[in-house]
Amino acid sequence: MSQDTLFDKVWDLHKVSSLPGGSDQLFIGLHLIHEVTSPQAFGALKDKNLKVKFPERTVATVDHIVPTDNQSRPFQDNLAEQMIETLEKNCLEHKIRFFNIGSGNQGIVHVVAPELGLTQPGMSIACGDSHTSTHGAFGSIAFGIGTSQVRDVLATQTLAMNKLKVRQIWCDNKLSNGVYAKDLVLHIINKLGVKAGVGFAYEFAGPAIDELSMEERMTICNMSIEGGARCGYINPDEKTFSYIKNKLCAPKNEHWDKALTWWKSLKSDENSIYDDVIKLDASKVEPTVTWGITPGQSISINQQIPLLDNLAPNDRLVAKEAYEYMSFKPGQLIKDTPVDVCFIGSCTNGRISDLRVAAEVLKDKKVSKNVKAFVVPGSEKVATQAKQEGIDLIFKDSGFEWREPGCSMCLAMNSDKLIGNQVSASSSNRNFKGRQGSPSGRTLLMSPAMVAAAAINGKVSDVREFIN
Amino acid sequence: MKTKFNPPIGKISNMNGQCISLIGNDIDTDRIIPARFLKCVNFDSLGESVFEDDRKTLKGNHSFDLEKNKNASILVVNSNFGCGSSREHAPQALMRWGIRAIIGESFADIFYSNCIAIGIPCFTLPKKSVEEIQNYCDNQFLFLEIDLKKSQAKSKDFNFNLEIKESSRKMFLSGEWDATSTLLENENLIENKLNQLPYIKFNTNLL
Repeated sequence: MSQDTLFDKVWDLHKVSSLPGGSDQLFIGLHLIHEVTSPQAFGALKDKNLKVKFPERTVATVDHIVPTDNQSRPFQDNLAEQMIETLEKNCLEHKIRFFNIGSGNQGIVHVVAPELGLTQPGMSIACGDSHTSTHGAFGSIAFGIGTSQVRDVLATQTLAMNKLKVRQIWCDNKLSNGVYAKDLVLHIINKLGVKAGVGFAYEFAGPAIDELSMEERMTICNMSIEGGARCGYINPDEKTFSYIKNKLCAPKNEHWDKALTWWKSLKSDENSIYDDVIKLDASKVEPTVTWGITPGQSISINQQIPLLDNLAPNDRLVAKEAYEYMSFKPGQLIKDTPVDVCFIGSCTNGRISDLRVAAEVLKDKKVSKNVKAFVVPGSEKVATQAKQEGIDLIFKDSGFEWREPGCSMCLAMNSDKLIGNQVSASSSNRNFKGRQGSPSGRTLLMSPAMVAAAAINGKVSDVREFIN
Repeated sequence: MKTKFNPPIGKISNMNGQCISLIGNDIDTDRIIPARFLKCVNFDSLGESVFEDDRKTLKGNHSFDLEKNKNASILVVNSNFGCGSSREHAPQALMRWGIRAIIGESFADIFYSNCIAIGIPCFTLPKKSVEEIQNYCDNQFLFLEIDLKKSQAKSKDFNFNLEIKESSRKMFLSGEWDATSTLLENENLIENKLNQLPYIKFNTNLL
C-alpha cells in the first residue's frame, strides 16, 4: 500500500469517515458540473427533497452540447437548448456560479477551471466527466464520477470511494523536437495498456515531466483515464505556482503566501512508497498515431500497423475488431493514410499552447483541398488570447474553419460529426467506434501539430518534416 | 424493452436470471450508449437505445437483439467492460433494458462505481470461467442463481465463486449502495472537515 505520496496526503486530508462497508467518505473541495451529466442529479435531489449543501463549492459551465458555429439562442437543436436551459435554471435555483456562453469564461470544463485558478494543488476535485483527471496536473486529486455521484456531491459535498493504489510512471530524459505531451501519453498508454490503470492513480514524474509546461502536463493527466486510471497527477512545482498566480480565483496577497507554503508541503516524499513503479525513456518517444479503436492501439509515425502474431494474446481480439472497423491491413504503414477531416480542440489539446504549435506548422501553408479542417478553442479565454496573437488568422488563412469554444467533435454531441466512414485526424482523446458522431467514422488520435501536418498534406504525416 | 421499469431499491442479496453473453474486450461506454442519446434531462428512454450502433451494424444478430435473450437479466462480458466516458447513461441504459447484474473478467473503474451507485452488482470471474459461461450461452439457456451473501452463482451445471469488492458486497446487503443518506448521516463530520481544509481559508476569492 502506498505511503507518503501526494495522493496519500491529499486523500487522507479529505477523508471524512470510514463507511460501514469499508470504503471512505471523501470530501470534495471543488465540484465542477456541466449540462450533460447534471440534470438527472438535480432531479434526484428534488425527488429526495434535498438541497445543495455547499453551493459555493460547485462551479458550472456549458461545453458538451454547445454548437460551435452559430451560438445564438435558442439553439437550433431543441434538445441542446433544453439542456442548457435546465442547467441555467438549476444553477439559478441552487445559487451555483455558472460561466455561460458570452461570460468570457465559458469553455470546456477542464480548460476553464485551471485558467480561472479554481484548480489548485492539494484539492479533491470531482466532475461528472471522465477527463476530470486533467486537474491532477496541478497536484490535486481529481476524478470523473457518474450522475448518482454528482447527486451525492451536491447533497453532501462527499463521496463514498475506495482508496486507489498509486503507480508512479517515471519518465527519464526529455522529449525530442517535434514530439509532444500527446505523443508521450499515447506512448504510455500503449506500453501499459488501456486497463493497466484500473484501481490505480497514476503519478507522472521524472525529468521529462518536470520539463513540460502546465498545459502539456494537463494533456498527460487528461488521458490517464484512457489508460484505465481514473486519477492522474503530477507533483506541483514552481511552474504550477506561477501558472496559478494572478488567475481570477487564485489566492491573493497574504493568502498567496500561505497557499504557497502549504502547496510546497504536498509533493510525494522522497522516501514515499508506491504500489508500483514503471520507468520509461521519453527521448525514445516519436510522433505517435492511433490506428485502432482504443487509445492503446497506437504506433510511431514510421511504424507499421502491428501483425496479429506480434501482439500479446489478450490484445488480439480487439486488434481483429480494429483492423475490420478501420479497414486497415496488418503490416500497413500508418504514414500517408489519407484523411478527410482534421480536428484541433478538446480538453486534451484545445489550449492556447496547442493552438500556437499548430499555427506554427500551418503558417504560410494551405490545407489540402480534400480535407475539411476546423479548430475549436477550448474556452472563450483561449479564443480571445488566440485572436490577440493573430493565431485565428493563421488558421483561417490556411483553410481551417475557426469555431466557437466547446467539446465539439471530440464526442460529437453537437452538429460537428464525421459522415459515413470518413477518417479524421484528431487532437482529441478517444478513437472508439462511432465516437466522432458517425457509427462507421474512423478516428486517428495525434498531437495538434501532427493534425496540422495531416491537414496540409491530406494524409498522415510526420510533423518533424515541417519544423526545424 | 421489458415491461414497466422498476429500479432496484433497498437491500440486494439474491439475483436469479437468465444470462446474456456479450463477447469483446474494452467495450466502451460510447458503444453502450452513443453520445447522441445523452441529449436528455432524464434516463427514462435510454433502454431501447442501448448498443444502438453495434446493433444496427450487426443487423439483428447482436446479443441484445436475439429473441432468446429478451428476458435475460445477467450480462456476461469480458475484460475492461465500460471503459471510457463516465456517463452513467451507460449502466442506466443497460438497467432499463433489463440487466440487473453483470459478470465479467474486469470492469473500468468509473463504470463500476456507477453500477454500484444505481444498484447493479458487478462480479468478476477468471477469463476461463467467463468464456465457459459464454460458450454455454451460445446454444442453450443459462439461468444463474446469484447469492450475494455467499458470493456464489449456481445453476444445474455450474457453481462459481464470484469475486466482488467487499465494500460493494456489504453495501448491497445493507442497502447502503444508495449512498446519499449514509453520507448525510455524518453531517457534523462534513462541516468539521470543511473547516479543517487549509485551502478553504486562503481561497477567499474562490467561488
